[in-house]
Amino acid sequence: MSATTDRTPDPASTPDAASSVENRESVRRRRAARPRGARQLDSTALIYLVLVGVIVVSAVLTAMEGRNFFSQGNIWAVLTAMSVLGLIAVGQTLVILVGSLDLSVPYVVSLSTVIAAGGMKGLDSNLSAALVNTLVVCAVVGFVMGVLVSVFDVHGFIASLGVGLIVSGYLATNYQGSHGDASPALELLGRSGIAAVIPTSFIILLVAALLVTLMLRYTRLGHHVYAIGGNRDVARLSGVRTALPVIAVHVLCSLLAGLAGLLLLSRTGVGLPTIGSQGRYDLLSIAAVVLGGTLLSGGKGSVVGTLGGVAIFAVLDNVMGVMQVNPFLKDFVRGLVIVLAVAVYARRSVVRRPPRFAGTRPSLPTPGSITGSTTKEETA
Amino acid sequence: MSASTSSPAASTAGRTLPLTEGSRLQRVVRGALTPGGAVFILVAVLFVAVVWVNPSFGEPPQLIRFIGRTAPIAIAAMGQYYVIVSGEFDLSMGAVIATQVVVAGNYIGDDESRVLPAIALMLLIGVVVGLVNGLGTTILRVPSFIVTLGTMLALGGLVKYLTGGAATGNPVDTFREIGRGGVQDVPVLDVLPYSVIILVAVAVASVWLMRAPFGRTLIATGDNPDAAGLAGAKVWWVKTRAFILSALSATVAGILLVGYAGVHPSVGAGYEFQAITAVVLGGVVLGGGRGWVLSAAAGAFALELLFSFLNFLEIESTWRNTVQGVIIILAVAASARAWSLGRRPTSRSTPAAPAPSPTTARPGTETGEN
Repeated sequence: MSATTDRTPDPASTPDAASSVENRESVRRRRAARPRGARQLDSTALIYLVLVGVIVVSAVLTAMEGRNFFSQGNIWAVLTAMSVLGLIAVGQTLVILVGSLDLSVPYVVSLSTVIAAGGMKGLDSNLSAALVNTLVVCAVVGFVMGVLVSVFDVHGFIASLGVGLIVSGYLATNYQGSHGDASPALELLGRSGIAAVIPTSFIILLVAALLVTLMLRYTRLGHHVYAIGGNRDVARLSGVRTALPVIAVHVLCSLLAGLAGLLLLSRTGVGLPTIGSQGRYDLLSIAAVVLGGTLLSGGKGSVVGTLGGVAIFAVLDNVMGVMQVNPFLKDFVRGLVIVLAVAVYARRSVVRRPPRFAGTRPSLPTPGSITGSTTKEETA
Repeated sequence: MSASTSSPAASTAGRTLPLTEGSRLQRVVRGALTPGGAVFILVAVLFVAVVWVNPSFGEPPQLIRFIGRTAPIAIAAMGQYYVIVSGEFDLSMGAVIATQVVVAGNYIGDDESRVLPAIALMLLIGVVVGLVNGLGTTILRVPSFIVTLGTMLALGGLVKYLTGGAATGNPVDTFREIGRGGVQDVPVLDVLPYSVIILVAVAVASVWLMRAPFGRTLIATGDNPDAAGLAGAKVWWVKTRAFILSALSATVAGILLVGYAGVHPSVGAGYEFQAITAVVLGGVVLGGGRGWVLSAAAGAFALELLFSFLNFLEIESTWRNTVQGVIIILAVAASARAWSLGRRPTSRSTPAAPAPSPTTARPGTETGEN
């Protein structure tokens, strides 16, 4: 959306004779057209409001167990829990923004741990080569998905499900049980952090999120991502080459999943071919993205919101761990929270949608949208 | 194949509908070229391949048992079809199956008189789950992917919590007979499994349902919910019913699976993706509005035949997933091109796709005209 609407105010702002009022107006419109307008801000704020609420409740519940939620160790635990799902969810946000989906992330995560551990063989001298190898393999997986989605018109759901199945078959056939050994330097990284409160893995997540956010806001690629997610046909008719951003985004998502796998490896020390599917990162990352206010049909959302969604999950998990909730019951609570939170959120975004097109006619849904998910948010 | 065409006449004004012209034979041939028809050819090819590898597979008693084994996934696929053709997803299917299996195991136990109440209870649970999914999607406007993911986590977690994650309870044998038993001493077939009878009944009912007003509205809703709503369809109720049908199909699949697999909360794990794969393999388009219900069932058969084929070739079972992945990608990539043949000019306007008739109304530029 943004990239295309960005053009409209241009004629108004470029003429020399333009008055300052017009200029301010055009600036305002251009801002509104950006992915993060004023409206978007308070929907992101809402997520963080929910997060604060969840933290308060968790702190109370933790205190009732006689423990301190804000103790160094606990904050470390929450932030560590955030980092893996967070990296995956940041990548997933990109893919969902462009109107696709990535169900292959758990297998890419497993693949990354296995390849990296197998390459390192417990030696620091192998570290850089193994890292490059791993990330290249992940990028290739993402590239294949991107090409399937953009060039061959395969729905993202199917393309990523299929690629995920292919990778899982490869993993199941060639690796039984744990494999390889992480290098000591990587394991050290997994344990390091700042002041025993902020683990390095969380800093990696923040850097990745920052870079992706900057990419989305200030680069052509980022604006094209929003444009294609909003409506692929309109974007194409407006002169956007739709294939490249879709491929780029899938590659980035797989790279981030691979990075998440490396973080997991730094903690476990060995490559595990089922670690990704056990974590169910595919569905949980999608849930976190949607919880963070990104439209599942693409074109609207932000990485900042996603981080909020991930944080909500991490805090919930943490408090359920402290309260020693049955692990099966955890799933029950998670499912409940996902539906309730998104129910609150989805209704809000219905109300919120039209003002983006301030003053003009109400937005019509995209009839030929490729996304399989609901377009009903837009119907209002 | 023509059962699923509800293409609005308005969009094709000025030319005859390709699906209604020509002789019956021509239409069958043309139908077989759509993804929904091609899956039947795929089933035939795979069947020949399996028989070629293992001749005894083609004998009627063997074959009917294979159909009986495939019945649960085929029924689940038909249930998933309703949801997908209406433009949504149902990820809760596996969890529903697990729930029903556990309910059957614990409620019935050794008490034979409880079989009928148990079936009623399971159907009721199915309706409730479908209602929750449907209303969450339509009234609360939560994407169906998320709602059904939520019910999947919640139901699956609850069932595992209540059973402790282990097999519990064992329903009386008369109940398990539904899944594993059959009518004995049938002439050619030797034995006619009840699951095959149920499968045929469900298939007939599905075809009838998709030809009834409900089915027409469902496809119209999947194609364009706003147009369907403006034309007077109650979109929310149509979609909700699709979710109820899906959950009920999962229930029936669960009842059959009790006979095969016994009572364990992991029965039905992964069924949702299996069913979606089968539906997609049957040429049904994700996003709604295209596809035939029997193609979905045929997709399930194609998948199972493929697995049997790999089994007989003695390929390691771990490669199953890889083959499944390759197959669905190929199937969908092929159908993404093929669907643009017969129907309306596609909005994606793939210039590579050959036009059915080199005439008017084709440019696909409705969006650019105004």
